[in-house]
Amino acid sequence: MSTDPRDHRLAVVGGGVMGTNIAVLAIGHGVPVVLVDVSEEVLARAEETIAFKLRHAQLLGKLPAGRTAAKLVTSVSLVDAADATTVIEAVTEIPETKAKVLGEVSRLVRPGTLLISNTSCIPIDEMASATARPEELVGVHFMNPAYMISMVEVIRGPRTGDATMTAVTDLLETLGRNGLVVNDAPGFVINQVLHPLINSAARLVQDGVAPVEVVDGLLEGCLGHATGPLRTADLIGLDNLVDSLNVLYERTGDASCRPCDLLLDLVRAGKFGRKTGEGFYDYEKVAS
Amino acid sequence: MTDQTVEASPLTAEAIESALTAYLTEKTRTTTEIKPDEDVFASGLVTSMFAMQLVVHLESTYDIAIIGPELKLDNFRTARVMAALVLRLSADGTAADA
Repeated sequence: MSTDPRDHRLAVVGGGVMGTNIAVLAIGHGVPVVLVDVSEEVLARAEETIAFKLRHAQLLGKLPAGRTAAKLVTSVSLVDAADATTVIEAVTEIPETKAKVLGEVSRLVRPGTLLISNTSCIPIDEMASATARPEELVGVHFMNPAYMISMVEVIRGPRTGDATMTAVTDLLETLGRNGLVVNDAPGFVINQVLHPLINSAARLVQDGVAPVEVVDGLLEGCLGHATGPLRTADLIGLDNLVDSLNVLYERTGDASCRPCDLLLDLVRAGKFGRKTGEGFYDYEKVAS
Repeated sequence: MTDQTVEASPLTAEAIESALTAYLTEKTRTTTEIKPDEDVFASGLVTSMFAMQLVVHLESTYDIAIIGPELKLDNFRTARVMAALVLRLSADGTAADA
């Protein structure tokens, strides 16, 4: 692989928050994208979201100057990912779903195609077992929004090969991202630290110790966090957060990872955070 | 009648500034009115996520298209700068019915 965007063809599987974020990042850096999802409706929405986010990225000066935006193609068929040089899986944070998608796509692409999971918490080696060539799978934990945060967490599974690590380094350079490499574990580094913190913050609100704004205000004002844990949770998506906490709890037994009642109640009420307009905060009412 | 009067009025920097300061004051829920030259991003009143709301608001309210090099954060920092942007794009004929 190289760092010339013309040498890359990206397939992104999953048209949700992270799939559209990653598509914007690639297109804005001149790398063409095939976005695959099982739903035509999701893809139609994703196309609008991607156009909107591309403008957001440009507005904030997050796209490289002088590089023409690449083309976006959408498809409901995984077969259309077959010609990609890299496939990034960004489907729901459910181990069986991710393993199924990665297994299928690994049998469609040519050997040597970089296979990336954008999982938040699921150990890479768990999913590698479902693929045709486990050495070609690596984890890249993009932040949200992926086009605004240049640092990413790269997870090397025990079976990830050297050639795969070279290829992912080249891709990330092409996309203007800096990667820090960690070893495989549930939640890796970021979410083994962040998710219990968010869960604890939510539990403090649930128990009436402090309201949402005060919990965030203390971590922002006293500890220098740029964004408080509950506003961060809204950005991640509370549905995704609960799925990830379950993955962590099942694999570590750490009680601080068991989703608290307030989080579960918000998800049951369809309040997933920014993407639905309400979570811990109401985004319809405030400029945020 | 009031709406017709507003529509018939020519766009002036003062009128746009006034409308935008009211919009920003309402959206940020500040107790004191936002001033025309107040940088709403530097003051921390809004986040970068709100910037796109401003883009969409200006485009739909003044029937302009903000594209190319004009789509940059510096054009949205204050009500005064945004008013100048609206007038510039309207004068360029970017507004559909300008």
